[in-house]
Amino acid sequence: MAAISLAFWNPVVCLVVFLVVIALIYLLRSRGEGGYKKGTEQTKAFLCGEELPEVEERHVKAHNLYWGFFQALKKYYDPTIKAHTGIVNDYVLWLTVITVIAAITFTLV
Amino acid sequence: MNFLTSNSSILIIAIPLLAAFLVPLISKASAKGRNIFVVVVTVFVGILVAILAKDVYANGAHIYTLGAALPDITLPRGYIVPVRIILEVDGMSIFMGIVTAIVSLAAVVYSLSFMKRETGQDKFYTLFLLMMVGMFGLEFTGDLFNLFVFLEILSISGAALAAFRTRFGDTVEGGFKYLSISAIAALMVLFAIALLYAQYGLLNIGALAAVIQFTSLDKLALALMAIAFAIKLGAVPLHMWVPDTYTVAPASITIMLMAASQACLYALFRIGFTLYGGTTGTISMGWIVIILGVLSMFVGVTMAIPQTDIKRLMAYHSVSQIGYMLLGVGVGLAVLGDTAALNAYGRQAMSGGIFHIINYALYKGLLFLTAGALFYRLGTRDLNKMGGLARNMKFTTIFFIIGALAISGIPPFNGFASKFLIYESVYQFSPILSIIAMLVSIITLASFTKVFQAAFTGPALPQHKDVKEAPRSMLIGMGILAVVIIFFSLCPGLIVDNIVQPAVDALINQGAYINGIMGGGL
Repeated sequence: MAAISLAFWNPVVCLVVFLVVIALIYLLRSRGEGGYKKGTEQTKAFLCGEELPEVEERHVKAHNLYWGFFQALKKYYDPTIKAHTGIVNDYVLWLTVITVIAAITFTLV
Repeated sequence: MNFLTSNSSILIIAIPLLAAFLVPLISKASAKGRNIFVVVVTVFVGILVAILAKDVYANGAHIYTLGAALPDITLPRGYIVPVRIILEVDGMSIFMGIVTAIVSLAAVVYSLSFMKRETGQDKFYTLFLLMMVGMFGLEFTGDLFNLFVFLEILSISGAALAAFRTRFGDTVEGGFKYLSISAIAALMVLFAIALLYAQYGLLNIGALAAVIQFTSLDKLALALMAIAFAIKLGAVPLHMWVPDTYTVAPASITIMLMAASQACLYALFRIGFTLYGGTTGTISMGWIVIILGVLSMFVGVTMAIPQTDIKRLMAYHSVSQIGYMLLGVGVGLAVLGDTAALNAYGRQAMSGGIFHIINYALYKGLLFLTAGALFYRLGTRDLNKMGGLARNMKFTTIFFIIGALAISGIPPFNGFASKFLIYESVYQFSPILSIIAMLVSIITLASFTKVFQAAFTGPALPQHKDVKEAPRSMLIGMGILAVVIIFFSLCPGLIVDNIVQPAVDALINQGAYINGIMGGGL
């Protein structure tokens, strides 16, 4: 059995770094202002003096994320999404085509 | 203990089979008793898998011949070929057995609460146990026809479970799609087996591997089996049923379907390496596996990121993750005949691919269970309707973070360790393939960042103000997988050395598999 190395990878080092970062975050947090009053203006998000929108409007919805990415790759996404029709007949068509290709490839090679 | 060790392989299949038919009877007496019974059976099967694993790692392949005077007598007196049903459990089979045992345990515990509101739970647990039978049988059998039989058991029980919650219309559609593609795949496997049997008069994999000539009919049989298993494991472009079925199945069944796909991946590897391993077709077969892998990785992840249904998004990631396994093991298959390349990077690529199988089962299982917990509490899978859930579902959030970091290959999680092995070794085979794999990992991270942002962070939405944490048994189910992920993350070397490498060796060493059958005469 030949040994497979994980090269320089040692998860314990990573764990130690993680714990140090957690300790630093805790230290930073503990130096914050503790004497604030919950539920007052002090704990409200400040939006340049504007009224905060309703909660539902403040949360960025999933369909809004990465909009630019999808726009940039529109030429890829349009046909790819179109190919996923959800119709079993289409699945069988794909299967038939791939099986024929595989059978020809395998028998010729 | 000796009895358990020598009969463990058949007991692992027989016990859940018997228990499956006892479940409706016990259910008549007590629902609680039935739940306890199913959990006890699953735990006991897990213990048997551990006993069998210890035996395989200590003594090599475990052979069990049904009906023989002694389990390891594969050739009856006067015969030169095996005629009985034989189970052959080597390093690769037991590796898959371990995956199935862990996933089944997490799924059954999770189901206790998740399926509590559903009717017909006796049927649910009967089918669940039959699914276990199908998976273990597929992984342990040394016989092609039995492989087909177990594939059928797995497919029929899986389809029925995917469609189990008939009150949702889409579940029936998902189950129907799974049943359709499974039926076609099974027929292709059966036809391929018939082609081999007509030529050689054999069904045993080891015996067939010893005599196979790689004729045109053999090549056709290989093509049919490769495509059939590629459909079942959801490799692009045959993956389209995966999001449709995984999305609508109960979360605990989604992870069982995922484990079933991996059992089919095992069957593909067994056919490629063991049955056809000694032929000249491994290079072309290896390249086909690599191409399927790269396509699966890329199309899977790019289709995942626009999704707004949390389970559909995760289902596309399943397609993508399967690609990593195909890539790693495909590189090993492509260089199987080149000893220098195999030793330089082929074995490492295979180790990465096989290590990724178990890692994927763990973190993807955990992610699907967290998605199930959200559905259980919110009644929706739509990410657009979620937000701020980390406030009320703290444990689910932690489990999601663990799963998301692991699947994205973020150190120190187990997903990183297996992906790292794949990147490093595949780079030596073809740098561009390795770069694609890394790119896919980055998009995976982006995709799960989207889920985390949409579902767990942000202000608490008024409609989810009173949402509670998932029930205890669901948390325990998720906890089982999370604990194993953390263990694997902290000790990747231990896992690679003790369970992954024996699996790689078992695949590469075709002679040992053949000898296990053909050297077992009186």
